Amino acid sequence: MTENFFLRFMDIHIKKTKTADHSWESLVAGVQARNIRAMARLITRVENREPGWKEAMKAVYPLTGSARIFGITGSPGAGKSSLTCEIAEELVKRGHQVGIIAVDPSSPFSGGALLGDRLRMKKIFTMKEIFIRSMATRGMLGGLSQAARDVARIMDAFGKDIILIETVGVGQDEIEVVKTADRVMMVCIPGQGDGIQALKAGVMEIADIYIINKADLPGADEVMADICAMLNLSSQNGQALPPVLKTSALKNQGISELADSLLSHPAGSSKDTLRREIQAREEILSLMENDVFRAIRSRWEQSGALTAEVRKMVEENKDPYSIVSELLQQIDGKADLFSS
Amino acid sequence: MEPESKIRVLIAKPGLDGHERGAHVVAYGLRDAGFEVIYTGLRQTPRQIVNTAIQEDVDVVGLSILCGAHLSLTQMVINGLKEGGAEDILVLVGGIVPEEDIPRLKEMGVGEVFTAGTPVSAVSNFIRAAVSAS
Ligand SMILES: Nc1nc2c(ncn2[C@@H]2O[C@H](COP(=O)(O)OP(=O)(O)OP(=O)(O)O)[C@@H](O)[C@H]2O)c(=O)[nH]1
Ligand SMILES: [Mg+2]
Repeated sequence: MTENFFLRFMDIHIKKTKTADHSWESLVAGVQARNIRAMARLITRVENREPGWKEAMKAVYPLTGSARIFGITGSPGAGKSSLTCEIAEELVKRGHQVGIIAVDPSSPFSGGALLGDRLRMKKIFTMKEIFIRSMATRGMLGGLSQAARDVARIMDAFGKDIILIETVGVGQDEIEVVKTADRVMMVCIPGQGDGIQALKAGVMEIADIYIINKADLPGADEVMADICAMLNLSSQNGQALPPVLKTSALKNQGISELADSLLSHPAGSSKDTLRREIQAREEILSLMENDVFRAIRSRWEQSGALTAEVRKMVEENKDPYSIVSELLQQIDGKADLFSS
Repeated sequence: MEPESKIRVLIAKPGLDGHERGAHVVAYGLRDAGFEVIYTGLRQTPRQIVNTAIQEDVDVVGLSILCGAHLSLTQMVINGLKEGGAEDILVLVGGIVPEEDIPRLKEMGVGEVFTAGTPVSAVSNFIRAAVSAS
């Protein structure tokens, strides 16, 4: 490994070349000028992690900070997309500009994805206040929440003041995504004992608002009682319980109350500050993890050192634990590059 | 797995017919071929299709048309894409299209017409070749 090992971190990502139709600068300028096509193109290129994406996000970042981000999660088929559509329409009525990010899983076999959330949002396709973007999970191993955050920031920079992120509440990656939101809605439905099941999976406690959707069907009150009981059990003394609301996306019932509840949340409370600190910490660490790992790996592969270590392990029976701790020692020796 | 560029395809059904099977088969087939497929279901207006294509920044719009109005519907979608500055999006048409209309569709700017019964692999091969060449 060479002396300027760390100094080369920066140019690792600039290796891939692909001719781009627009410069990053013109796309960011286009977003500022509220050009929809520019926003859509910028999202694609950032999502694809094309070389230069991070510089582009550095330019986007100062334009952000005015949007509120609401996550919406729950079991498959609970009505998340239908509800997202109704909420978005209601928020537009109240004068908001809305961005929607709808996450669906990629197929682990083909890498392709069928993104079907829009099926339930048809009536808002032509509202100029609403921008919808479907996003596949792409097996990004923790990278999904960063990608979703980036997309939300681009929408924020464009001027969307409310961003709704829909994700199905099953995989760890998807749960990480809603954790990047300012407030999280958990969608439950009558008749599936959802409340209890999800509690076991550790999904329920991330929510700030509980919704029983499909309340037009029988059994809504039972689920409501279950959820309230669960919240009572797990609440600390004196802690305010999160709201539990009944909705029907199908019949447009309870939507206005839900919007009230979403918007009523006082921004900048101490709980918010704490949450933002946790989110900032996670974001820095996840970006760092990604970059440091990629940089080390790429340097290690290119210098031939990895191949050499592999050979030592296979031919000389050297143990992998020592291989990695030796590498770490070499990095530790240069740790002062991080200070100042 | 590293994130990578994916080809994104919108499968849309304009027009008033209620037959979704063909579009379903193509949507699932393209997913299995590794594309990201945005599926929006039945009875989309050209305006809805154009907005979706632009917001989702797709590489390809596949129009599944069985109602006989393929010429006017396709023209409206192509015009809309042009107005939105998205004339570079490849437009494909599938469904029931009489032989003699195919040249007219291509004159409008349609990349290819796939009549009913075309295997999905023919569609995915065409898309892969066309998108990587552009
Ligand atoms: N009865 C009733 N049906 C509803 C309601 N909301 C949604 N549905 C139906 O539930 C089904 C699933 O709705 P979606 O909105 O696609 O649910 P989702 O949670 O987004 O589904 P996935 O994204 O696939 O996990 C559809 O058939 C909807 O029409 C409701 O309030 N009442
Ligand atoms: Mg959905």
